[in-house]
Amino acid sequence: MGHPLRAIFEPGFFTSAPVHVALLAGGVVALVSGIVGTFTVMRGQSYAGHALGDISATGGSASFLIGISPLWGFAGTSVVAAGIMDMIGVRRPRGRDLATGIVRGAGLGLAALFLYWDTTRTSTTGAPVTILFGSIFTIGSSMIPVIAVFSLVAVGIVAVLYRPLLLSSVSTDLAVVRGVPVRIAGALCLAAIALAVSLSAITIGAILSTALLVGPAATALRLTSRPGLMLTWSAVIGVAATWLGVLLAYDSYYWPPTGRGWPVSFFVVVLILIFYLLAQFAGKNARESRNEEPACSQAS
Amino acid sequence: MFSGFMTNTWIVATIVAVVAGVVGFFVVLRGSAFVADALPTGAFAGAAGASLIGVNTLIGLGVFSLLGALGIGWLGRRARHDVAVALALVVMLGLGALFLSFSVEYAPEIYSLLFGEVLGISVNEIAPVAVLGAVCIVAIMVMYRPLMLSSVMPELGEARGVRAYRIEICFLIVLALATSMALPVVGALLIFSLMIGPPAAARAVTDRPLVAMGLSVVIALATVWVAIAVSYHTNWPVGFFVGTIAAVCYAAGRAWTALRRTRVTRRAVPSSPAAVPASQ
Repeated sequence: MGHPLRAIFEPGFFTSAPVHVALLAGGVVALVSGIVGTFTVMRGQSYAGHALGDISATGGSASFLIGISPLWGFAGTSVVAAGIMDMIGVRRPRGRDLATGIVRGAGLGLAALFLYWDTTRTSTTGAPVTILFGSIFTIGSSMIPVIAVFSLVAVGIVAVLYRPLLLSSVSTDLAVVRGVPVRIAGALCLAAIALAVSLSAITIGAILSTALLVGPAATALRLTSRPGLMLTWSAVIGVAATWLGVLLAYDSYYWPPTGRGWPVSFFVVVLILIFYLLAQFAGKNARESRNEEPACSQAS
Repeated sequence: MFSGFMTNTWIVATIVAVVAGVVGFFVVLRGSAFVADALPTGAFAGAAGASLIGVNTLIGLGVFSLLGALGIGWLGRRARHDVAVALALVVMLGLGALFLSFSVEYAPEIYSLLFGEVLGISVNEIAPVAVLGAVCIVAIMVMYRPLMLSSVMPELGEARGVRAYRIEICFLIVLALATSMALPVVGALLIFSLMIGPPAAARAVTDRPLVAMGLSVVIALATVWVAIAVSYHTNWPVGFFVGTIAAVCYAAGRAWTALRRTRVTRRAVPSSPAAVPASQ
C-alpha cells in the first residue's frame, strides 16, 4: 500500500474486527433505511419516522435495564408505537402530526424514566449517550443475523407492497378506486419504517436515525423522479455516507482535541447533508421548470 | 417542597408553562408539530456546545434554536417542509453528538439537558427566563391577528396582504426563544409535549381562540406543577410526568371531541391543502 492510501486508511482499518462488523451492519442498515426512507419521504411521513426513532430509545433504555441487546428494545417499542400511531392517527395530516407527537412525547417520557433507572440502579452510566447517539463499533457480531432478519422483513414489506404504496403515495383517491387496501398498506409501511429506524438506532443512535431514513431519500428525490432510480440512489447514498463515516471516525481516533475519536453519527450526518446540498445545486436547473415543490412546501 | 431553592423552580416553571401554553396554541393551530419538536431537540446541541466552550447554556440554546429556525425557514422554501425540518434537525443533532464526545461532562448533566432538571435552577436564571418569556408573549400579542389569519386561512391571509413566509419566520423565531427558555427545565426531548398536549386538549373543548388559549395555559400550568410536585417526591425525572400528563390531556381532548361529535356535525376545521400530496 502506498503512502497516499496509508493517509486515508489509518493502519488496522482493514484488520480490525469491530470495523468489519461496523461496515457490514452499517451498510445493511443504511441500505434498508435508504429503501424504506424513499417511501417515507414520498408519503410525507418524515415526522413519523423521526418520532419512531425517538420512541425506540424507550425500548433501548429498557433493554439496558433487563440486560438484553438494545436492538430488541429498539425494534419492539418502535413497532408497537407504530401500531398505536396508526390506531389513533387521524386521516388528516395535521391531526396525524399531533397524534404522532403525543405518542412520541409519552414514549420519551418513559425513556426518561428508564434511563434514570439505568444511570442510578445499574452501573451503565454511558447508557443515555449509547442509546441516543449510537455506538456502531460496539455492535457484537452475534447481532448480525438478527439485523439481517429485521432488514429482510422491512425490505420484504416494502417490496411486496411496492406498487400499492407507490400508488397511494401519489394519489390516495386513485389508490382507493383501484382497490388498494390503503389503510393496511399504510399500517404495514409504518411498521417497515419502525423496523428501519430501530436498525439505524443501533448504528447512529435513536434520535439521529432520522438522518439515514430521510437524508438519502430526500437527496434521491432531488436527483430523479423515477421511483426505481430513486430507490437505488437513496440506498447508494445511505451506504456511501455510512461507510465513509465509519472510515472517518476510525481515522479521527488520532485527531484533536481528545484522542478518543469523533462520533460516527456526526460524520454520517455531515456527509448526508453534503450529498443533499450537492444534489440540490446539481438538480436545480432541471427542476426550475417543474413547479411541484412550492405546493409541497406549504405543508407547514 | 416550597422552601429555599425550590422557590426558583416554581417561578421558572410557571413562566415556562404560561409561554408554552400560549405559543403551543399556535403550534397546534398551524399544525407545526414537527418544527416544535425539532427545534428543542436540535437546540440541545447548542447547550452541549456552550458547556464545551464554557459560556452560559442559555446563549448556546438561543444561538442554535435561532439558527435552526432560520435554517428550517430557508430550506423549507426549497424542499418539502417535513424534509427540511428533518434535515435541519439531524444536522444540529449531529453537531450535538460531536460536542458531547469532546466534552468531559458526566452522563447526568447530558441526561438533565435532554430530560429536564427542576432542582438545579439558581436565582440568576430567573431574570433571563422572565425576559425571554415576556418577549415571546409580547411578540405573539403583536402578531396575533396576522398569525391567526395565516394559520387558519392562509389563502385569505395572502389576499389581505399577510405574507405567509414572513409570519412563518417570525413564528419560528418566537418558537426558538420559547424553546431556549424552557429547555433547561423540561428538557430538550419533552418541551414539545408541554407545547402540544395542553393546547390540543383545549382546542377540543372550545373553538373560541382566546378561550382556548387561556385554557391551554391553565392546563399547561397544571401539568407542570403536578409534574414538579410528583417528581420532587418520587425523585423520578420531571420529563416522564410531563410526557405522560400531556398524553393524558390529549386523550381526554380526543374523548371529549368524540362525545361531542354525536351532537354537533363536523366542525369546520381548516385543512392544509398540500399536506395531502395525494390530491395533486
